[in-house]
Amino acid sequence: MTASLALGPTLYEETVPGGGHTSFVLKRGQQLRITDIEGGANVSLLLLNAMEKSERLNLPDSLKCQHTAKLTAGHCLYSDMGRVLAAITKDTCGWHDSFGGVLNADEVKEKYGAGRYQELRNGYFRNGVDNLLVEMGKWDLGLADLLMCLNLFSKVTVDSDGCFHFQPDNSRAGDHIELYAPMDTLVVLTALQHPMDPNPAYAPKPVQLTWQQVRSDGITLLCRTSRPENGRGFHNTERLYI
Amino acid sequence: MNLTHSEKHSEAAVYRAVIAAGEPFMTEVKAGQTLRLLDLEGNQAVDTLFYSASNPRERYDVQRTLRRQNRVYLSAGSVLYSNLGNPMLTITADTCGRHDTLGGACAQESNTVRYALDTRYMHSCRDNFLRASLHDGRLSKRDISANINFFMNVPVTPEGGLTFEDGISAAGKYVELKAHMDIIVLISNCPQLNNPCNAYNPTPAQVLVWD
Ligand SMILES: [Zn+2]
Repeated sequence: MTASLALGPTLYEETVPGGGHTSFVLKRGQQLRITDIEGGANVSLLLLNAMEKSERLNLPDSLKCQHTAKLTAGHCLYSDMGRVLAAITKDTCGWHDSFGGVLNADEVKEKYGAGRYQELRNGYFRNGVDNLLVEMGKWDLGLADLLMCLNLFSKVTVDSDGCFHFQPDNSRAGDHIELYAPMDTLVVLTALQHPMDPNPAYAPKPVQLTWQQVRSDGITLLCRTSRPENGRGFHNTERLYI
Repeated sequence: MNLTHSEKHSEAAVYRAVIAAGEPFMTEVKAGQTLRLLDLEGNQAVDTLFYSASNPRERYDVQRTLRRQNRVYLSAGSVLYSNLGNPMLTITADTCGRHDTLGGACAQESNTVRYALDTRYMHSCRDNFLRASLHDGRLSKRDISANINFFMNVPVTPEGGLTFEDGISAAGKYVELKAHMDIIVLISNCPQLNNPCNAYNPTPAQVLVWD
């Protein structure tokens, strides 16, 4: 499978600065490439069914059915309704974290100190809970909808005692992940440091978003066939459009 | 494994109930009270969610809980944090030693993915959560988030694999939690018939509360 055959032209590109947040509907048949521009980025990601927003990314269901705690190319991101909100069709990074979640305002202040708008203007210290909530609010969603998020580009391993270890340098400049939407998927994200990143300085990195129209859903072949579970997940997703 | 026993006697409990296999269950625990969940016959998954009784939008937050204890399994000493960052309960005794908080609840929809399309019409934990929540009225589908699977063992490998091991629980094993706020406890005593973890045999669980 070569990307040049399956992919249409780039539809749009945008840079999310470090600390930024955004949300949009990735339409069925579109693919989103998220690129770590400088290296060391982290993107906290939520996905929902754009047509019925009570249907949301369910990380336990996603991890359980693919027998994995890390997510990478060939994996699907499942909703609570057994459907594929996005398929990871390409990943140069190799490991995206499901454990770390996002910090709230108190936790950011505890970790990085005070960083108010009054002094820092748009360089003020943002936090993942507020950033995601603000974007959720734009779609009339709220705290109840803020579930486990996926932290792209970050790697947290678990040792035999169950302890976490944040692995630095998991993502280098130019590393990217591609998410194909087999249904209309509401994407909510923010580019902030991973909560377990030991860097004591508030220094979130920018990422680039690239929208592509995919001419053939054959691009999902790797994800469909990586496990029999994923074949059934795509079956459930296609039932949405009968 | 960190095993911690309790001095509490069941005769002194102010509340006792048995949840039959496969049933939903909801109760409240006041701040300062201790809740015991008891695996009566062994290797039963007790799928549990916790909410603040005064603000049901405040609920158990798996990612904050794991991050703040820097550990992927729950056991004695674990503090369960809410989505607002507040401590909700602390595990004060645990004779099982490890509880899963990543595997989530079974559902009709996830069963079709995990097992087979024709398992859709079997009973499931998420159906239980919805039934109890919608009868009670304070909770709805939006409030159903990642739950704890007490007595379940779902190890994460150093390579990032997720494995489903045979249960480490047994008849009479229990976990006790002390509440830091008034809590709504929402349980599905898992009816899963497709998973070898419980030898394809869901069994009852007991709930006790002490002042
Ligand atoms: Zn279940």
